[in-house]
Amino acid sequence: MKPAPFNYERPKTLDAVCDFLAKNSNSLILAGGQSLLPMLSMRLSRPSLLIDVAHVKGFEEIKKIGNTINIGPMVRQSVALESSVLKNHLPLLIKALPFVGHPPIRVRGTLGGSLVQADPSGEIPLVAVTLGAVFHIRDGNDNIEILARDFFLGPMLTAMPSSGCLYKISFPVSKYSKIGCGFHEIASRKSDYAFASTAVQIEQNENGKIETISLGIGGALDYPQVINISGYNEKKINLKLLKELISEALLNIDFVGDFHASASYRKRVTIKLASRSFSDALKEIGYI
Amino acid sequence: MKIEININNNIEIHEVEPRVTLLDFIRDNVGLKGTHAGCEHGVCGACTVLMNGEAVRSCLVLAVQSMGDKIITIEGVNSEDSESGLLNIIQDAFCEKHGLQCGYCTSGMILTAEALLKVNTSPTREEVREAISGNICRCTGYVQIVDSIMLAADRLSKRNTSPDKS
Repeated sequence: MKPAPFNYERPKTLDAVCDFLAKNSNSLILAGGQSLLPMLSMRLSRPSLLIDVAHVKGFEEIKKIGNTINIGPMVRQSVALESSVLKNHLPLLIKALPFVGHPPIRVRGTLGGSLVQADPSGEIPLVAVTLGAVFHIRDGNDNIEILARDFFLGPMLTAMPSSGCLYKISFPVSKYSKIGCGFHEIASRKSDYAFASTAVQIEQNENGKIETISLGIGGALDYPQVINISGYNEKKINLKLLKELISEALLNIDFVGDFHASASYRKRVTIKLASRSFSDALKEIGYI
Repeated sequence: MKIEININNNIEIHEVEPRVTLLDFIRDNVGLKGTHAGCEHGVCGACTVLMNGEAVRSCLVLAVQSMGDKIITIEGVNSEDSESGLLNIIQDAFCEKHGLQCGYCTSGMILTAEALLKVNTSPTREEVREAISGNICRCTGYVQIVDSIMLAADRLSKRNTSPDKS
């Protein structure tokens, strides 16, 4: 199992990356390579040029600027897991990352690579959608911003322009004092592709009132999606009510059914996993 | 392309195509056959090596990407005495606890254990299982492998204590 021949470049600036992309229509960006290398080896992908972005200046930075966390696309998953900025401000991402691949995969795998890869069962795309991340993309001389929930279009299909390069991922910092979150998924063995995964973040103000509830679903659909949960404002939230609200919200969603798991199984298990994620989140803010 | 990689503290300079993986570079260009080629697409973990002290799959890294990184393979794992041919503590523990049968996964298992025990000196069995979750063994059923790593952890943590106290 050997890749077909290709050329290799290792640019140091974003401008140089965009130059290579513009000049070679059959070029691909190489980030961590943990999904791309198997595709090259199986010859499912045959680029003529690989542009290694590992040495582009600023691509490995994690910075908090005002109410935004900016993450470079080359931040390795294992580095993100240990980041104090992310631990303090994006606890949902920290909860999801241990589900990404196995430890040796996370050493090489990157946040940006996983987002652009857009695997339907990817945990990082799910968190980005749930938390309302914004992707900053350079295409030639243009800078484009795309909301995570507009970016994913289908399995491995995104709104990324063919000559575009993701150079920054921005996550908004919650303005409320307390955040509770939960992440659960089910796969045939740990760290395999998830049949269904759920991400939940609940934000509470200083008076103890729940201000926002975000539920994201991955694995079970063609791409990660945010599910609107409404009707929780009127009543005191409890798990029974939430389960009803989740079931209601999922009524018109088309679940994926395949060789591995049927659509009805995926739906059933998604409701269960979402309930567990809500339970974790509510416990974290001391609500239950 | 002419590339330069530090493997087991030797600078290896070879002319390779960009498509050559680090795995093939180690086996074919450098000639170290202890790193095993299993699935060659990142599923089995047999090709695990240490890159800058962390376990990575050498089949999922191109040799050209590794320029500037420090690679340790199973041949260089006994860093204290690499010329002697002696086994290190983890390798010894695998022998003692029968942590292998055919041995194909073993170099990957040992390097994964090496990376784990460097950051976690007293792991639980669960943490060991999590660490080796990406390494497939078709012989042992993993129990003896976990036993081996637990024994190695115990020995490594007692290495600098007086024998009287233990």
